[in-house]
Amino acid sequence: MNWRRAAIAGLVAIPVIVLFRYGLNQDPREIPSPLPGNPAPAFSLAVFAPGEGSLSRQIGDTVRLADLRGRVVVLNFWASWCLACRDEHVGLSEVAREYTGKPVTFVGSLYQDTPSAGTNWILQMGGEAYPSVHDPRARTAIDYGLYGVPETFLISADGRIARKITGPAEPNVMRQIIDSLLSASAAP
Amino acid sequence: MTLLLRVAVTTALLIGASLPAQDTSSRAPIGFDTARHGPADSALEARTSAVASQLRCPVCQGLSIQDSPSDLAQSMRSLVRDQLASGRTPDQVKAYFVSKYGEWILLEPKPSGFNLLAYAVPLVVVLGGGAAIVLAVRRWTTSPEPSSAD
Repeated sequence: MNWRRAAIAGLVAIPVIVLFRYGLNQDPREIPSPLPGNPAPAFSLAVFAPGEGSLSRQIGDTVRLADLRGRVVVLNFWASWCLACRDEHVGLSEVAREYTGKPVTFVGSLYQDTPSAGTNWILQMGGEAYPSVHDPRARTAIDYGLYGVPETFLISADGRIARKITGPAEPNVMRQIIDSLLSASAAP
Repeated sequence: MTLLLRVAVTTALLIGASLPAQDTSSRAPIGFDTARHGPADSALEARTSAVASQLRCPVCQGLSIQDSPSDLAQSMRSLVRDQLASGRTPDQVKAYFVSKYGEWILLEPKPSGFNLLAYAVPLVVVLGGGAAIVLAVRRWTTSPEPSSAD
């Protein structure tokens, strides 16, 4: 009788333990994105922060994803009120400078923020190597299934979302992904 | 003591009667100015609310974009309104958000495939629990057989 009870208790407990183990290993704030592998949503946004040197664009210029076909695109959503964006900022600019002259375009997209606050933030952070665009009413952000900042999307030369990075982007991870996308686009 | 209780109840009733009745069902959505918009707009707002209340706010805990005051929820609600105004059906608007955020964005998962578990498991648990209780009560209420020693 005791063995029977123990077996029943075990049968009830095992699925509960498995469920807890699965649940505790998940990040409840992480929303699985259906976008990687799919065509990147088109965008057409105006530059408010020009960037530096050969990577710069004029303020007011429109950055269109359609014009960047054939290039690897790094689209980074950020905001001046976002603390985690400070952690990745210098690294992102560094990586952008390293790929100058290669078919890679970095674009920052301001999320739920004003261009003036964004410009001040860039000045405080010591500049930004690549241009940033303004996304009024967060339409592009929603098109990319954004739920927080920073989030970075790596778009392959054929216009597909290859990877999505949630949280601060690590420079070494970025380099690895960009290199693999460049070699994939160079392959016949 | 009884007198005090009567006075308290009467006062509460009088205060309640003096307050204007609030009909929450006809309340305009947040940010909607009924004085500035016509009946067509209010119909669009009602449809927007209906769709927005089925979509989960990505930056909240268990709130719909209709109920959340967050900036992202407001932007999403305005996008729902614009898509409905441009002629998309509520199902097409929901499909758009699912294509961006996955099925996670729906507060109520579709009753198909793996999602069926979410509907079936509570039913199985309730039925199983009920059956277990009935069996246990029967066992407890059945009078024990007289032992052979008696």
